[in-house]
Amino acid sequence: MDVDAEGYLTRPEQWNRAIAEALAQELNLQLTDAHWKVIEFLQRDYRERGTVPGMRRLNKVGGFATKDLYALFPDGPIKKAALIAGLPKPASCV
Amino acid sequence: MSTNNPDRIRKVSIIVSRGSLDGVYPGLIMANGARMEGIEANLFFTFFGLYAVMKGYQDKIRIATVGNPAMRVPDAKGFPLPTLLGALPGMSAFATHMMRKEMEKLDIPPVSEFLEMIHDAGGRIYACKATVDMFHLKPEDFVPHVDKVLTVGEFYELSAGAQIIFT
Repeated sequence: MDVDAEGYLTRPEQWNRAIAEALAQELNLQLTDAHWKVIEFLQRDYRERGTVPGMRRLNKVGGFATKDLYALFPDGPIKKAALIAGLPKPASCV
Repeated sequence: MSTNNPDRIRKVSIIVSRGSLDGVYPGLIMANGARMEGIEANLFFTFFGLYAVMKGYQDKIRIATVGNPAMRVPDAKGFPLPTLLGALPGMSAFATHMMRKEMEKLDIPPVSEFLEMIHDAGGRIYACKATVDMFHLKPEDFVPHVDKVLTVGEFYELSAGAQIIFT
């Protein structure tokens, strides 16, 4: 797989579940169903809106609580989840 | 990820000292942004900044339309708002309403929700003891997300190893 200096996939068409597992491993994360729900929401929302959603959208539209997101993806939930989902680095400040 | 950089910032202590909308939000955005990057974050509210953590006041924070020479209407590239017009009743509420609408579009939450988000993200929220005493406030005047009322000495203690940012 081709990744940039920060670990994000440079060719998103390469993404599949096995690659996601490998990307997660690089971040020392073992993906569970709860992780997958977040990853799938990010991908769906990105397809529809063309940008990685922020925390508030994950709360309100995705139905994920802030606490749970930090528990699943410690120290940078959206950055890590977007990386595993094969999406670009989040570009919003909030 | 960039967490491997040995020079990376690991901890920030952000002081919010002003009670206007533009006085409060930068600190909240920086604290939340820190947590999103895996940086430890302490928020310390002092003087009029305390209104951001006071029950019943935190979502009444407004933009100053007087004494704000950068204020333009109807948008950021419009005409400067004359001080006398800025003083008209309702001007501050109107300007705040307009800005809140733009913030809503960017998914920037209201103050109460933003503080809850920072708290749930593991950020710590403190109130300044000197101001609490000066304003005659009690612990029950604050929203439950406030961890503690701190003296300046305690603030420095818990800021060990942190970058201190005053806003």
